[in-house]
This record gives sequence, C-alpha cells and structure tokens, in this order.
Amino acid sequence: MADPALRDLIDRVRAARADGTALDIRGGGTKAWYGEAPAGEPLATGALCGISSYEPSELVVTVRAGTPLAELEAALTEKGQCLPFEPPRFGAASTVGGMVAAGLAGPARAAMGGVRDYVLGATLLNGRAEVLSFGGQVMKNVAGYDVARLLAGSMGTLGVICEVSLKVLPVPVARTTLRFDVEQAEAIRLLNTWGGQPLPLNASAWWQGVLVLRLAGAAAAVEAAVTRLGGEVVDPAMADSFWTGLRNQTDEFFIGAVQAVDDGAALWRMSVPQVAAPLDLADEQLVEWGGAQRWLISSAPADQVRAAAATAGGHATLYRSLDKSPGVFAPLSAPLARIQRDLLAAFDPDRVFNRGRLYPER
Amino acid sequence: MNAPLPAAALDRAARQREIVAALAPVVPSHALLWQAEDTVPYECDGLTAYRQQPLVVVLPETEGQVAAVLKTCHALKVPVVARGAGTGLSGGAMPHALGVTLSLAKFNKILKVDAYSRTATVQCGVRNLAISEAASPLGLYYAPDPSSQIACTIGGNVAENSGGVHCLKYGLTLHNVLRVRGFTVEGEAVEFGSLALDTPGLDLLPVVVGSEGMLAVTTEVTVKLVPKPQLARCIMASFDDIRKAGDAVAAVIAAGIIPAGLEMMDKPMTAAVEDFVHAGYDLDAEAILLCESDGTPEEVAEEIGRMLDVLAGAGATRMEVSKDEAQRLKFWSGRKNAFPASGRISPDYMCMDSTIPRKRLADILLAIAEMERKYALRCANVFHAGDGNLHPLILFDANDPDQLHRCELFGADILETSVRLGGTVTGEHGVGVEKLNSMCVQFAPEEREQMFALKAAFDPAGLLNPGKVIPTLQRCAEYGRMHVSKGLLPFPQLERF
Repeated sequence: MADPALRDLIDRVRAARADGTALDIRGGGTKAWYGEAPAGEPLATGALCGISSYEPSELVVTVRAGTPLAELEAALTEKGQCLPFEPPRFGAASTVGGMVAAGLAGPARAAMGGVRDYVLGATLLNGRAEVLSFGGQVMKNVAGYDVARLLAGSMGTLGVICEVSLKVLPVPVARTTLRFDVEQAEAIRLLNTWGGQPLPLNASAWWQGVLVLRLAGAAAAVEAAVTRLGGEVVDPAMADSFWTGLRNQTDEFFIGAVQAVDDGAALWRMSVPQVAAPLDLADEQLVEWGGAQRWLISSAPADQVRAAAATAGGHATLYRSLDKSPGVFAPLSAPLARIQRDLLAAFDPDRVFNRGRLYPER
Repeated sequence: MNAPLPAAALDRAARQREIVAALAPVVPSHALLWQAEDTVPYECDGLTAYRQQPLVVVLPETEGQVAAVLKTCHALKVPVVARGAGTGLSGGAMPHALGVTLSLAKFNKILKVDAYSRTATVQCGVRNLAISEAASPLGLYYAPDPSSQIACTIGGNVAENSGGVHCLKYGLTLHNVLRVRGFTVEGEAVEFGSLALDTPGLDLLPVVVGSEGMLAVTTEVTVKLVPKPQLARCIMASFDDIRKAGDAVAAVIAAGIIPAGLEMMDKPMTAAVEDFVHAGYDLDAEAILLCESDGTPEEVAEEIGRMLDVLAGAGATRMEVSKDEAQRLKFWSGRKNAFPASGRISPDYMCMDSTIPRKRLADILLAIAEMERKYALRCANVFHAGDGNLHPLILFDANDPDQLHRCELFGADILETSVRLGGTVTGEHGVGVEKLNSMCVQFAPEEREQMFALKAAFDPAGLLNPGKVIPTLQRCAEYGRMHVSKGLLPFPQLERF
C-alpha cells in the first residue's frame, strides 16, 4: 500500500478495532449538525485529497474523498460540466466524501436524480480495515451488488469512503427562470401537470404564494417552454443568486429556519410523493422538487409531523433541531430495521464507524 | 435393467416428495409442478448452454401464496430461484438441482397507471413493453428498453438492472424505479423505496435492483413514466476505420451532447443484419454509428445539426438523417435484430456484455480481431457505444465440443481484457452462472467476501438463488490455478449443489 494517507487510516482502524474505540469520520466537518450526534474519536479524511482522474469525454470523474467539493466543482466548471444533483455546499471545507455520505441533493433533484444516481464506483475502508473497490468508472456495470451506491446517504456507518467515481454531465446550454403568483395547492397541481409534458423542467420552489420554476436544456427547448408556460421571466443574475441560495440553504427561508431553531422550533425535511396535497400542518412551508420535498419550520410534536408525512406516503427527517430526542430519521419497518442492522454488522462487525449516526445503536 | 438407483437419485426423489408434500397445502394443485415433463421447460433461461432441471416448480397466484411458499422453503432449507419470463442471458434463473423454481408468471397485472403522478404500479410479471403500451394513451412511457422488451418482465429487469439503447440519456432500471415490493427469504413482506424520492436509513433500493434474485423476491414494482418526446430523428453515419468511429463517439460526448441513443455495429454485423432486414446499410463501412436525438422539434433540429458537424469532423464517410418515423425505425431495425440476424449466419452464438471506458472502444475491437485469429472463431460486434457497453457475438457450432470450448475461452478473454482496460465483465446482462469465473478476475477475495456478507444480511440461510453472482474463494482458487498452469481457461464446471 504505497499511499501513506490511506496507510495511516488503515492503521487507525486496526487499532480502533482492537481496543473497541469508536471513530467519527470527519471530512470538512460542515455537516456535524446533520443526523444523530457524532460520537467517537475524530478520523480525518483530509489527507485523502485530489482528483485521481477526470476525462470530460467519458463523463466520469474519480476523486478522493477528502477533496474539497469546491475544488471538484471548479475542475468540472472549467470543462463545462457539473454535478447535476446540485449538492448543497455548507462551507468551503465541505468534502466530496461528506457529500456522498450525507446523500443530500439540491433543487434539481426531481428532474436530474440524486447523489446515488451519479455514483458509479467507490473505494471503501471497512470495519475490518480492508480497502475494497466496488462499481467502477463506466456507466453500466452490474457485476456484483451495487455497494458503491449504497454508500450514498449511509452517513459513514459502513466505513470510510476513500475515493468515488461520479458520473457528470454537461452544463445545460440555456437556463431561464419563471415566476408565478399561486397558492401552494395550485403550485403542486401545476408542477405535476407540467411534469407529464415534454418540457425542460429542471427545478422548482414555492414559498409564500410564489412559485419559481427553472427550465434548462437546449436553447430552442427552453425558449419554446417559456412561450408556452407564460409567467414572469426572472432576471438571470437574480435567478442564479436565488437558486444558489436555495441550494446552499442560505436563502431567506433557511435564515429564518436557523433563527427559529435557535428559538426552539425544528426544521423538518418532508420527503413525500410529488402529488401529495399540501400537508395539513399550519406552519411555514417551502416546497421543492416538483412537490416531493417540503421544508417545514414547526414546533408541532414530532409524532404529529411524522404522522402527516406517513399519511402522505413519505417520511420526515428532523433536519435541524436543538432537541433530537424524537430521532432524526423516521423509524423503519421491522424487516428493514433488521436488514439495516445486519448490514452495518456485515461491513463493520465491531461498529467502529460513526456509531449511532443514522439511528441510535444499543 | 434392475440395477438400484444411485443414492443421490434416491435422496433427490425423497427430497422432492418432502417439498411437494409441504407445498401442496399452501398453493392450488395446478400451481405445483414436479413431474419431469412439466419441469423441463424451466431448465434454463435465455442462456441455453447451461441447463438444470429443478426439483419442483411452483407458480403462486397471490402474494399470500408467495409468502407461504417462502416460509415453507425456509423451514425446509430449500433453495428458491425466482423466475420471470426466462429471457435472461447469464443463467440467473437457471434452476438449483435441489431447489424450488418460483415462477412469478401469474403476477401479470398492471395495477395502476397514473398520468398525474407519472407512475405505474405493476405486478412483477408484467412485460416491460406492456407498461409503455399502457402508458401510451397518456403521452407517457417507461424509458428503459432492453432489446427483449416484448417478452422480459419488470421483475426480471429489477433483478438485472436492465439497460437498453436509451440509457445514456434516460438511465438504467434503477434510475426509473421508485419502489420495489417483495418478500424476504423468511416470507415477510418488505418494501424498498417509496413514491417519495428518498428513504430514511440506508438506501437499499440500489442494492436490491440488480441483485439477481439473491436478496429478496420481488412481487410488485412502481416505475416512473416520462413524457414521450414529440420527435425523434436518427443519424446513420459510416466510417472507413474502426478507430475513427470510436473517436467519433467520444467527440459527440465531448461536444456536450447526450444523444438519446448512440450505437455502433462493425462490418460483419452490418452484413449479417442487412441480409436480414434490408435497411440499406452501408456494406463498405468498417463501422456504422446510429446517433439519435429526441425532444421538441426545435430541440431536435438544433441537436441533429450539432451532431452532424461533430460526426463530419470525426471523419464520417457517409451520413443520412432519418426523414420520418418509418425511416428512423428502419435504421434501428438492424440494430434491434442483431441477435436473430446472427442466428441466421451461425448455428450458435454467445453474447458477451462487458463495458469499457468509451475511449477504449477501438482498442477492444482490435483486441477482439486478434482473438478471432487466436481462437479460430468469427465474432460480430454491436455496442451501446454511448455508454461503452459491448455485445460481441461469438459465432460457433455447439455440436462441436472443441468450438464450444474455444468459444468459452474467447468469451473469457474478452471479459478479462475489458477489466484490464478499466471496465467491467457485465454491463447489463448480469453475472448469473455464466460470468462467475470472470468475477474472480474483477474482484479481490476480500471484496467477494464483503458481497457474501451483504447477502447474508438479507438472506442469512443463503437460500435465495444460491451459487450465482459471487464465486466462492475455492472456485476462484481453482480457476486461477487452471488459468496459470495451462495458459488456457478451464471449461467452467458449474457448482450445482
């Protein structure tokens, strides 16, 4: 094993395993607030840094996990490509490994897919201190179980993500943002109706009586859609700033949410079918993803919020809150809980990594 | 004539009686087959070179019966091999000699097609094309289109993570499935994913999709439907050199274009299909590219223009754009009929399925040409060039044992060369039993052990489709030894028990 950074990590994992130490995998540390509370000794991945290979004509980039997300995005931008799932950037220190482990996606999620849809391969350091590679650098690959994609959203519970190969796409040639003054129910109806038509829909957001819609694709397709949909065209610079703020969760809604959380409320991320009617919760809501993601600032009891999400056919994540005692992630059905428990043990028998970060353990 | 039956056969008969007696109370009598003449049709899937008669075939009609069959088999520790239409090309549905084949053919109902949510919920035995047909009046369709789509079922597509000619732009099965409902090996109902776009906890859907029936039994699937493009047009471009055609593929992508389809055929394949469909292919070309654009009329006009520029710049010797839908379908007719056309020019063929980085297309083609000489067999090539997925068809006569043997060596050589070029042994057909040895080349022992551990988390007793996908350490050791000592690959001996 020539790589000293990886060698160090392997030694740390071996030692931790031997003496029962819990390790808290740490990339940029910008998402420590997300998920259940981190526990254990920090295990920094920053030394696993750099883009290993990038060939724009292959639409694939292979990058080490400790690489800053900003560095990866800069390299892609230079070649006119991007991460189409628009991962939120919570700070300059955010890493690619953290992006995959958290599995969070931005405004284009419904149209373009999520993190796991772009993971092609990964190298994982598991709880036995073995370095394993799954998937690869090609678009189509069904050799063995798709462990690489399982890592997206795993919150580091299966091991240290050392390197990932991601599918990337060209930046759309044209983008236009439209705005419509409509109430929530009408916004959801419009989004789902448009979704069934051949339109270059790329992102949507509804808040406080305004629906904002982003079209992206070939110039001709975007122009035709603008003519067809009507609405008010938003100034491109203002539109870019709006979508960036939404993506990075720094816009007005999220500033208000952070304030409300400080005051004892909770920010919930409700993941529901796109067609679900407005949730019967009288609090502030921001609707994204064509209706499939609904942000809720609420002081309502967790049971009530989770019941509303379940009734709608989805689930609710306690995204930001000072009090995480209701559990961050919605409880699993009995068979899924059992499979998940056994999977954690299959990758990390001594539960060295990010113990309890997804669900409390033991 | 009265020699006693061997002990193994007696054991087998006793085991069969035991399983039939246990299953008889939980399914209707017509749903339970065990007489040899009734179970013969199930002895193989689309990979006909590998056959095994199952001990018992059961065809449940309700989810309750599926649960009961699984509970019964689990209690008796009987292997269970789920089966859809049996069109798989890697032996994934090949029966287990001491197992039950669980045919889900009767789960053939489309439960809901909903225009507003753009989803269809169907039972696992519904055919791929039937979903698009049901959605068509709503202006929607199901995007993944494996060539076998008139026959293959969505349950099988989920098992294999099937692709098709449009997956560069529209994704694989995984990208188009929201929810899989099924049963654990113990017979407990379980759902992976939902109509929401993500899931709490570990995201198990990408592991279940493509797991070749080894983690759970699928009974119901909810898929995404997408709007039918208003228009599709296709460019047929000829190249006088394989390398130029390979470079043209990379040039199209590098220009920022994601074609709806991007396929390549080499000269032998073009000759074979032209003889079969008479589509007017350029028989002088060393390679033909089919490059498709879809979308609004404005979008297609713009994109076709850009594609023509790139292909001309890459040295295309002849280009023709489809004038109407009839001509577009004609362009595609040869590509879609590559397999039957190969069946006409050779008694048998073996289809490979590796994927390589696009930029290595020319390298693998030249390597395959070299192998044709080495193994003294012909090979015709079709590719999903846009995503680097190769389907070399090795032509041989299965009645000649030496040809079959050379064909298998040829196939293994292609797969190992693909891995060496940075690719994978299977892009969309699955490992099944066919590519078990090649998995030894692609994965290290620790990686294979991790996959076994993953399977055990879903199926602790190891009863769902055992012996497929992941080769044992012992098998790989044996394969490696033979490989090195003889300089030739062994005839693969299947692990049947």
